[in-house]
Amino acid sequence: MTATREKRDPLARKRLRHVPMGLRSRAMHALSARAAQGRFVLQACTECGNVTYPPRDACPQCWGELSWQDQPDGGQVLCETTVRVSTDLYFRDHMPWRMGKVLLNAGPVALVHLHAALHPGDQTVVRMMIDRGGNAALFAIPAEGTDLMSDPQWREFVVPVEGRIALVSDARSAIGRAVVKELQARGAELVVAGLPGPSLAADANDAVFNLDRVQTIALDVTDATSVAEAASRIGGPLDIVVNTARHVRTGGVSANPGFVEQRRAFEVSAMGFSRLASTFAPILAGRPNGAFVDILSSSALCGEVHQAGFAAAEAARHSLLQSLRQEMRATGVRVMSVFTGPVEDADHQHVPPPKVAPSRIASSVVDALLNGREQTCVGDAAQDAMERWLTDPALFVREKNL
Amino acid sequence: MSKAQAPYTGVAVCAPITVPYQRFSAEPAHWWAGRALRHLRAMTGLGPSDIDGFCFASFSSGPDSAVGMIQHLGLSPRWLDHIPTGGASGVMALRRAARAVQCGDAELVVCLAADTNQIDSFRHSLAGFSRFSQDAVYPYGFGGPNATFALITDAYMREYGVTREEFGKLCLAQRANAGSNPMALQRKPLTLDAYMAARPIADPVHLFDCVMPCAGAEAFIVTTPERAEALGLKMAQVLATIERHNAFPQDPVQSRGGWAMDIDSFWETARITPADVDVLQVYDDYPVIVAMQIEDLGFCEKGQVVQFIRANDFTITGDLPLNTNGGQLSAGQAGAAGGFQNVTEGLRQILHMPLGDQVPDARIAAVSGFGLVNYDRGVCTGAALLEALP
Repeated sequence: MTATREKRDPLARKRLRHVPMGLRSRAMHALSARAAQGRFVLQACTECGNVTYPPRDACPQCWGELSWQDQPDGGQVLCETTVRVSTDLYFRDHMPWRMGKVLLNAGPVALVHLHAALHPGDQTVVRMMIDRGGNAALFAIPAEGTDLMSDPQWREFVVPVEGRIALVSDARSAIGRAVVKELQARGAELVVAGLPGPSLAADANDAVFNLDRVQTIALDVTDATSVAEAASRIGGPLDIVVNTARHVRTGGVSANPGFVEQRRAFEVSAMGFSRLASTFAPILAGRPNGAFVDILSSSALCGEVHQAGFAAAEAARHSLLQSLRQEMRATGVRVMSVFTGPVEDADHQHVPPPKVAPSRIASSVVDALLNGREQTCVGDAAQDAMERWLTDPALFVREKNL
Repeated sequence: MSKAQAPYTGVAVCAPITVPYQRFSAEPAHWWAGRALRHLRAMTGLGPSDIDGFCFASFSSGPDSAVGMIQHLGLSPRWLDHIPTGGASGVMALRRAARAVQCGDAELVVCLAADTNQIDSFRHSLAGFSRFSQDAVYPYGFGGPNATFALITDAYMREYGVTREEFGKLCLAQRANAGSNPMALQRKPLTLDAYMAARPIADPVHLFDCVMPCAGAEAFIVTTPERAEALGLKMAQVLATIERHNAFPQDPVQSRGGWAMDIDSFWETARITPADVDVLQVYDDYPVIVAMQIEDLGFCEKGQVVQFIRANDFTITGDLPLNTNGGQLSAGQAGAAGGFQNVTEGLRQILHMPLGDQVPDARIAAVSGFGLVNYDRGVCTGAALLEALP
């Protein structure tokens, strides 16, 4: 079964989108922060090794200190129910709702969202998802491959691409072009390819822009009028925005600052992000599975001495992204970050490998959508940067800028 | 082996009070508490200055605890307790008050539970119930206690071969018992067909497996036999009590409660057996918990509850009268007062002052409490055996 796009009736009363209750303990937020990175973690006692769930502030076996550790994600379904009555507005919109209890191979038992095909006694794989309210939630799925998208509960945690309408903010760049191609290939009903600057004769003959279900549109994120015009020209429903715009240039701070390029980087990465988000977020909020995906450089984490302006603009973009994510919690719109290191493109001709192919970034974007993953790092360089930043940010900033 | 429990010498339990329940009430918990004390005054002639011990339970009195309540109600007790354990609060209030009176820390303790039920207050009290619920239960469909007990019921039915018919028999008997109780919110006779055909709430829990939240208050007095006699009150003595919290935490699904840990000493201390019990008042948020208590309190072996339910009649004139006021399933669940009505109803039956029909010759009541789903199971349990004093 395919997840079909919800049609919009312009005469009907606008449907309110609710999200699940957001109140959580500090320890649960710590779990969510790790789940957002796609990790399956639970607390383990640093003294007796006992693995515990729900999140606690002390080991219930010896009162020792707890630490987050990656855990095996298998388990067995113990019991099940189908909730048919709820006082919660979000779940009332999605009744009936299947949930159950799983004995995790890691040790503890956990209440889970239960896939339609699972029943007591079944082996399961438990995925740590982010719910529409932005918090970690355990979802038990069949251990053997199954069509997850056919389960309406699963679709609440992910962003289907098939049959949806997507906008790519800068489709002229190598990354943007690859993203358009990938979204089209994965069954998007329509991919709107934003083209900044003057239209080029080459665009008309571009194989990607001439694909079925792809339309180009003039869109320059540095120009508020252009963004507004693009929004009104798209007019209809929009499910996914992928922000591929960036302005990569070398240059320092005191030496070779290149102020024109620096300003341009901020206009694209930071101000452009804000223009795009402020215009399109309300449109996404009206959709059942709205998502805003931002592709940003991992140099946003720590600065980059030889690309100081670009890194600073990307850092500002990263900061704006965190704020947007928080704002979108109340609407259920997923805000996803896809970090990348140097890309195999014209902007990185001077950089030695490893570099990431634009097509790989594009498939990671779709993968993040289909798995509902809030944060993705594409390629070795971005993964390495994130790991080092999470482990010791002060050390990473020093090493990276030596 | 732990030290044997001292007998409850010089302790009298008396004056069961039930303020008639209402499905919804605009009045706060304080009003319901005050109403219970007025009923108590009418029954005993006691005023604020006569009460030197006060034990309180409520979910809806916020921001006030027992402290706010005593000033609100004009009490100056020398012994004060606040019990947050919901369905186990009645038994716990009883055993704490009994020791206070026995040791002379107080002479007359009023145990009182009061809760209101305003429109939408159930949703609000659910939302802020516990940290584990907020982190790891409600995000999974927000089915409230219905979903939690659906999982317990599902596992219990699979493990012990219990069917809905058995649960139905318990619910039907309680509804029949409610028939003579003018205060019960649901008195219309229930048939097995109607029970089986009821709409599902959270499978396998159906409509008549669920209590109706309401507003209400319950109270009783624990004092010395001398004082009770001077007040002209009928009284009962406490034969034995038990209490246990977070029992069997390693059980992946709750299939037994804390009673099972202490049940042998319970009957030994009381020097009676389950066969001597005339009336059984168990906590009944869901019939699965009634069945669990029948086993764990020793009325039948674990795993034998199907045969036991089929073989016994749980109506007021039956061989094991169960929840004779209709229980919460028929009388209504007035928050923490739902954890007191088992004590007041047991007391009323053995003191022969019933709300509805009297269990013939009732002398000994077994009362059992079960409370507070913090995560995936009820955490608090307790039980008491009461015997009427001549």
